[in-house]
Amino acid sequence: MPIEMSSRRSRITDEEINELISKLQSLLPESRRRSMSRASASKLLKETCSYIKSLHREVDDLSDRLSDLMSTMDSNSPQAEIIRSILRS
Amino acid sequence: MESKSSTTGNRDNPNRNLHGSKTMMASHFLRALFRIQQTSTSSSSAGRSRRIRRAAYASMAYSAGTRRAWSRALLRKLRSRARLRFPRRLSRAATPQRRDMDQAQVLRKLVPGGPSMDDCKLLEETADYIRFLTTQVRLMQTVMDSISS
Repeated sequence: MPIEMSSRRSRITDEEINELISKLQSLLPESRRRSMSRASASKLLKETCSYIKSLHREVDDLSDRLSDLMSTMDSNSPQAEIIRSILRS
Repeated sequence: MESKSSTTGNRDNPNRNLHGSKTMMASHFLRALFRIQQTSTSSSSAGRSRRIRRAAYASMAYSAGTRRAWSRALLRKLRSRARLRFPRRLSRAATPQRRDMDQAQVLRKLVPGGPSMDDCKLLEETADYIRFLTTQVRLMQTVMDSISS
C-alpha cells in the first residue's frame, strides 16, 4: 500500500492553484458549472467528485447495454464487417 | 496512425495530446469487443458486461500510456487481475456531512493512484483522468449508436 504523501507539498503559488482550479472547472459540463455561483475550492472538488462518479456509472451502464446489444449481433453482420475493415486499415 | 506522447503542450492546448490517444483508444476497445463477442457464450450476459467494462478501462489506460500516474495505477490493477472497483458512496454515508469534510480525500479514492498524490498532483491527474474518461464514454456511446442502427 503506498504511503500517504499528502504531507509533501510542492511549492506551488496561489496563482498556479487558481489556474489548476479553473482548468478543472472548465472540464465540468455546463450544467454542473451553472449550479456553482462562486468557484470555492471545496465546492469545485465536490462537483468534480460527483462528476467522476457519474462518469463511472455511465461506463457501467454502457457496458451493460453494449453487452445486451452484442448478444443480438452476430459476427457476420454488416456492421461487424465495417468495423473489421476499419481496424484492418 | 501516429500517437502524440508529448505532454509539454498540455497547458496551452489540452486537446492536442488526446488526438493520437483517441485513435488508440478506439482501436483497442473495438478489438476487445470483437474478442469478447467471439469468446463469450450467450448465457453469460453479466460476465460479458464485466469484460466490456474492463476493456473500457483498459483502452483508456493503454492509450494514456505510462506518462500519467492514474494510467500507471490502472494498468497495474488490470495486470494484477484485481477487481476494478471505484467507490460509489462515501463510507460513512449515514452521518451528516461535516462542514470540513475533506473532498480531496474523496477525490483521491476516485482517481486511480490517488492515495499517493499530493494535492497539486491530484488536481493535474484528475483533469487528465476526466478527459480520458469522457472520451471513453463518448466512444462507447458511438459504438452503441452504430451497432443499434
